[in-house]
Amino acid sequence: MTTPSSPAVETHGLTKTFGDKRAVDGVDLHIRRGSIFGLLGPNGAGKTTTVRLLATLLRPSAGTARVLGHDVTAEPHLVRRRVSLTGQFASVDEDLTGRENLVLLARLLGFAGRAARARADELLAAFDLADAAGRQVRTYSGGMRRRLDIAASLISTPDLLFLDEPTTGLDPRSRGRVWDIVRLLVDGGATVLLTTQYLEEADQLCERIAVIDHGRVIAEGTSAELKASVGRGVLHVRLADPLVRPAALRFLAGHLGEPVHAADDPAGLTAQLSDPARAASAVAALASSGFRLSDFSLGQPSLDEVFFALTGHPAETAADNGEGRG
Amino acid sequence: MSADTPPVRDVDAAIREALSPRPQPKPAGVVTAVLTFAWRALLKIKHMPEQLFDVVVTPIMFTVLFTYLFGGALAGSTDAYLQFLLPGILVQSVVFTSVYSGLTLNTDISKGIYDRFRSLPVWSLSPVLGTMAGDVIRYTVSSVIVFLIGFAMGYRAEAGIVGIVAVILLLDLFAAGLSWVFTTLALLVRTPSTVMTLGWMVLMPLTFASNVFVDPATMPPWLQTIVAYNPVALLVTAARAILDGAPAAGPVMAALIAPVVVTAVFGPVTMMLYRRER
Repeated sequence: MTTPSSPAVETHGLTKTFGDKRAVDGVDLHIRRGSIFGLLGPNGAGKTTTVRLLATLLRPSAGTARVLGHDVTAEPHLVRRRVSLTGQFASVDEDLTGRENLVLLARLLGFAGRAARARADELLAAFDLADAAGRQVRTYSGGMRRRLDIAASLISTPDLLFLDEPTTGLDPRSRGRVWDIVRLLVDGGATVLLTTQYLEEADQLCERIAVIDHGRVIAEGTSAELKASVGRGVLHVRLADPLVRPAALRFLAGHLGEPVHAADDPAGLTAQLSDPARAASAVAALASSGFRLSDFSLGQPSLDEVFFALTGHPAETAADNGEGRG
Repeated sequence: MSADTPPVRDVDAAIREALSPRPQPKPAGVVTAVLTFAWRALLKIKHMPEQLFDVVVTPIMFTVLFTYLFGGALAGSTDAYLQFLLPGILVQSVVFTSVYSGLTLNTDISKGIYDRFRSLPVWSLSPVLGTMAGDVIRYTVSSVIVFLIGFAMGYRAEAGIVGIVAVILLLDLFAAGLSWVFTTLALLVRTPSTVMTLGWMVLMPLTFASNVFVDPATMPPWLQTIVAYNPVALLVTAARAILDGAPAAGPVMAALIAPVVVTAVFGPVTMMLYRRER
């Protein structure tokens, strides 16, 4: 049995190598029960591998991991009874209907015929899929598929739910719906470990966030702590003339006294602001010094900017992402 | 539909209720898990009956074409040739169908559903065995179709219904045994189409260098030797013996050697490869 006091996840030096590549490289995590914990990082950072290790789909090369008090190597079957995984790619059967998918999994989890169908219908109704229940999943929209995928992970009300990039590729409305569902889950006492590429998502949902890069945790803390290290806001400006960008960059850095860097857009500049209120004066100063702007906006730091602040290099979305599978 | 969502608060209450703690059943045992995965295979056939298209059409095409094309030349009459050819076509159709287990497995692994199955608290190989059990339906459909077209063209089974059922069971056993080769293949190559291509490369020589279409008596001695040990040919010999009402115990035993050996070798290999990390 699990001791209720044990953390949801506790790892020490968790490491997974694939050949020469260290996909997860000495990760220490401590996740409190009943919280939402975020793993934030670009493609290939090791997020998915970490989740797969904790869900007992991979065996650690080194280090230890305890999930709900059980060692993932020694007692994987006990871990599997208490956790659910919603993978990055839809882990439902596209050829079957939504209802059949849930009934199938309910039967495997031990619900007998009638109980399996009742559980499937209950979840379909709760996740707003009752009308689509009889349709093959291949006809579902991205948001519907995601909801079904999450519902499929909740048939046996797990104590810990892994959500691997739950909102990647979703439109804003579907994304908001998934966020609502995650919050409701945790209200009910579950723990959620989610991975994301969006700082905003981690900020909205997570009690604590670990930023992961090249298999290592490079920063960990609450959203507020992370943002404090990055700046509380980010000013994006777009120059009418890309040729004056180097001059504008020097001017803006001098004016703000804060890091400014060139964006991917050849006419764009990005400045980190510890005080978002200074954005207006910076824009006014640029304009009055003769730099014509075609656009400007004040936003939250993106993952790129978090990475830039923490590592000094932009987030690499590597093609060879050592996530175990392509 | 998602377009007209009910007021959010109602949905929230429904989600809360659906997630409220309640007694959890014990996860399915091995038999239930395998049967549940077999049910999944049946559902796939139900939703995509076109999957059965080639299981149905190919045997019809072969039986009709070969009977009328070669019958007169090879056996003096199309009627006489059909008596000889039908058990052979039966075997060929079912043997080709055994590639499907590999196709299904490969498709599952290339999708996220494989992670879901592996993270469930059920015996890890039940998806493989369940798929193979579901495929027995395909073998049986394929056999029945060949018999039906045969009867329509004038085929007579001396052994009657008992012989027909016995042959169908023998073919199911043989194909299920053989399919371990293709499940192994499926776990080693990347795409379903590679499984298909490699499967055909194994099966084409096996079915043609055999006694399916002609009596091997006119073949060169080296080829006769191959045919004598070809498991597909042994199966055809057993099927003919059963359907003709001839003594069949010896040929049936000989025909079952290959599937037993294949299962003993490739069964464990499939299990090992399936459990491997990926």
